[in-house]
Amino acid sequence: MTRTRRATTGIIALALAGIIFVIPFVFIGLQAGKSRTEAAMLAFSLPKAWLFWDNFVAVVTARDYQLLLAFFNSSLITVLSVAALVVLSAMVGYVMQRRPSAVTGLAQIFLLVGLMMPPAVVPTIGLLQSIGLFKTMTGMILIQIAYNLSFSTMLYRAFIATIPRDLDEAARIDGAKPRQIFFRVILPLLKPVTVTNIVVQSIAIFNDFTGPLYYLPGRDNVTVQLTLYNFQSAYATQYNLLFMNILLVTIPPLIVFIFFNRQIVAGMTAGAVKG
Amino acid sequence: MPRLHKDKMRTDIMARIAQTISRSDSKATAETPDITERTAAGGETTRRRRPSPYPHWFLLPAAIIYTVLFLVPTATSFWYSMTRWDLKTATFIGFENFHQFFSEPFLVQGLVNTLIYAALTSAMKTVCGLGLAVLLTSDIVARGLLRAIVFFPVLVSTIGVGIAFTVMMHPTRGVFNVALASVGVAGPGWLTDPALALFSVALVDLWKGVGLATLIFIAGLSAISPDYYEAARIDGATRLQQFRRITLPLVRPATVTVVTLSLIGGLRSFDLIWAMTRGGPGFASDVIASVIYKQYQAGFYGLSTAGNVILFLLISVIILPLTVWFQRREVEQ
Amino acid sequence: MTRHTLIRTCAPIALASLLACGPASAQTTLTFLMVTGSDSMAAAEALAKAYEAKHPDVTVEIEARPGGSEGDNLIKTRLATSEMPDVFLYNSGSLMQALKPETALLDISDLPSQAGVAKDFKDVVSAGGKVYGVPFGTTMAGGIFYNKDIYRELGLSPPKTWAEFMANNEKIKAAGKVAVAQTYGATWTSQLFVLADFYNVQKAVPNFAADYTANRAKYATTPAALKGFEHLAEVHEKGLQNPDFGAATYEDGLAMVATGQAAHYPMLSFAVGALKQTNPDDLKNLGFFSQPGDDAAQNGLTVWMPMALFAPATTPNKEVARDFLDFVASVEGCKVGMSVNTVQGPSVVQGCDLPADVPPAISDMLPYFKEGRTAPALEFLSPIKGPSLEQITVEVGSGMRAPAEAAALYDEDVRKQAKQLGLPNW
Repeated sequence: MTRTRRATTGIIALALAGIIFVIPFVFIGLQAGKSRTEAAMLAFSLPKAWLFWDNFVAVVTARDYQLLLAFFNSSLITVLSVAALVVLSAMVGYVMQRRPSAVTGLAQIFLLVGLMMPPAVVPTIGLLQSIGLFKTMTGMILIQIAYNLSFSTMLYRAFIATIPRDLDEAARIDGAKPRQIFFRVILPLLKPVTVTNIVVQSIAIFNDFTGPLYYLPGRDNVTVQLTLYNFQSAYATQYNLLFMNILLVTIPPLIVFIFFNRQIVAGMTAGAVKG
Repeated sequence: MPRLHKDKMRTDIMARIAQTISRSDSKATAETPDITERTAAGGETTRRRRPSPYPHWFLLPAAIIYTVLFLVPTATSFWYSMTRWDLKTATFIGFENFHQFFSEPFLVQGLVNTLIYAALTSAMKTVCGLGLAVLLTSDIVARGLLRAIVFFPVLVSTIGVGIAFTVMMHPTRGVFNVALASVGVAGPGWLTDPALALFSVALVDLWKGVGLATLIFIAGLSAISPDYYEAARIDGATRLQQFRRITLPLVRPATVTVVTLSLIGGLRSFDLIWAMTRGGPGFASDVIASVIYKQYQAGFYGLSTAGNVILFLLISVIILPLTVWFQRREVEQ
Repeated sequence: MTRHTLIRTCAPIALASLLACGPASAQTTLTFLMVTGSDSMAAAEALAKAYEAKHPDVTVEIEARPGGSEGDNLIKTRLATSEMPDVFLYNSGSLMQALKPETALLDISDLPSQAGVAKDFKDVVSAGGKVYGVPFGTTMAGGIFYNKDIYRELGLSPPKTWAEFMANNEKIKAAGKVAVAQTYGATWTSQLFVLADFYNVQKAVPNFAADYTANRAKYATTPAALKGFEHLAEVHEKGLQNPDFGAATYEDGLAMVATGQAAHYPMLSFAVGALKQTNPDDLKNLGFFSQPGDDAAQNGLTVWMPMALFAPATTPNKEVARDFLDFVASVEGCKVGMSVNTVQGPSVVQGCDLPADVPPAISDMLPYFKEGRTAPALEFLSPIKGPSLEQITVEVGSGMRAPAEAAALYDEDVRKQAKQLGLPNW
């Protein structure tokens, strides 16, 4: 492709992406900076006076700094469940892809069920309670692992299919044990898909709303999506604070993305196939 | 001591799962080791056959969590679907809930809506996702920035996106219609026109979800060795030919993933519809998942669980044949 | 625990809350589940504070839950799983009946303060002759808010019949104003014309509630009951609504009628609370009248009983919970609530009179009560209310479904509810 052509395509794409994908966020940002009455007019306009900081303080201090607690809780749930998910689902995806057998066939069916079936909420609450995990962070983390396992495993399985078996064979011939083959040879090769997985799962879990609503009730257990919900129902007219809350809740996933973005691009282009 | 009893049952279940796993392990073909033999022989050096490099115990930790927290409640929900249930006592009433569910006047519309919504969002995400992925793996300026922009909506909470777009789609004051009015077009009632509401939500779903499809496609495209394109160029293939003969077939695993996931997501879709229209106006954008949720809210727990089971069956009827078909094609190739 | 560790454990907590570690011995924490929403939350906090002042050994901890049907769901789940806080706010009437009060709730019939609570209210928080709840807030009414400035400008007077109401609407429309604000962006607001018409239904068919519960009367086949649906359709057909009726929210509706963009807004009187926050200066321009029927001589108001505080049967703090509820139902507790919460109508606690400075929309209600021209809303007389009413009324009010067909559809919806409740004759 010529220099001009790659520049033109890029610029046209940027302009379109700017209109389609960026304007809604600009709107959120503008609303978050307005006064209550101005935000209620819903116009796409600059705030007459920027009340960004005032709105920020109002949202953060609402209900005894509930938002800060929520950020802590959500982050803890997200980090721990994603860490467990990465290891567990890579192991499952690996064996499932490499070894067609009755067991992996069964596992495949059960995981497909997990992708399809909406979770049965009330029976799950009863079960969590009988094993003492209802209303606990541990319970919530385990639920997130269970609910996101299928997707995570599918992603690994699809990717592992692109890694040649010769690699495992070579390691095996060198005398490596199964555990060593997986953790030393395969897992490092999964880095690109692991990055994708971490980004996607941590966002899904951080943004999950119904899970904490049902399995993690209580004021001390509040998560960030619930703070958004509180603003929606309690301050329905305060669009400025509502949009400020949307903005704040978007920041942690954004940080994750910025942090991993370079690795995604690098992983995709260079590291994906080594065989 | 009902709790003790329950716990014991659960342990039994887990033991049985573990047994099943190890049993079929020993049943499997030649490359599988015989676990009892190996243990009896007392060490790796003296074993007769090398174990599979892909041991089944890799599945175990995940299997335990998944079984206890997902499969067991799901299985019991089948029973609850045949009861009139107030969360404390469940009275068995056979298939009455299912009969009731199908006499629900909006289920048929909800069913059609679900299929339209799933097919539409899945198709749009696949086509747009692949298109964007091709563009974003080609050699253009600001590629990294563009990738980030397209992926960004995936990060935002569904509730947040729903609220923001609902505000922007306001029929008189919303950004969309104000912009349309400024060029002399009377904008539609995006979410208030019953004929349009479902499609408006589907568009927002595409906006929010296409980044993930693009990401999966980019992963798939990056896994294609540049050598193929090099060879094709040497043979004088056009870009379109390269796309059809190399990209499309080799990106298949990614396509399968995107189609399957977005189809299932579309069939189950609930959050965004609920955040934007709550199934309205009236019942115009109701899908099965929202009908189920309304029954649940109304306290019809058995009925709602029956709805769950119906949704499950519907999804199975669509996805399972599709998966089998995909896998057969994969084998054929 | 040694003193040393006690101090160590207490220090950080004490930073957060000075009360937490007081004379540690007999401190009881009473948990209290409220609905989010600043107005009732303020009343709950004031009640908690007043109670803590009287009982220093008790700490009241308030937890918020979402409102609406999502909140209903949460309440039912928590009760079923014995996770319910010691005291909680919930609807009186049929919703409370759906909680299975005989087994799930604490019997508080013998609280001293019950003597001063109106029988009308006790009826709607009782089951099997036992009382389970105490009133939280005041009564409210369903009817029509109107803008007094517009009425004055156009020389109109509050209508006594539906025909007069429509005549007023035509004049308002001719004057270039929105006659009736409708806000289907908040679907629940679409039900008002049907629900607030119940006084008229009962006047025409005195046995309707009982027959309806017993599966002998239907909305579709009772002309008086069908009227509410027809009114809703008529308002849409005649183009009396605001152009963005499909997306406008409850807050938009309040703003429209308060600022004179619209002349009428059918709503429950609790809207005064929200108006006090959003449009305090416009409250004096707002009046209120009952939904008119066919006969001017039979004009009256449909009334909602206050919500109630309940305690779950499983609470470990039975005595404290009972004592707290007793306080809430006393004249003193009622006054505490009234001092922060917005008055939506007369109180059901004897001796707890309204302050003199209530807004005109509230004082407009008082004659109906004084003259006995009130009837409780259907939801207090019958345990069955179909869950889809709000979607159906949106359809009727948007011209998507004819009133007769909608009423028949609603009858179907009701049948499902009756079956779930296991009512006889369904």
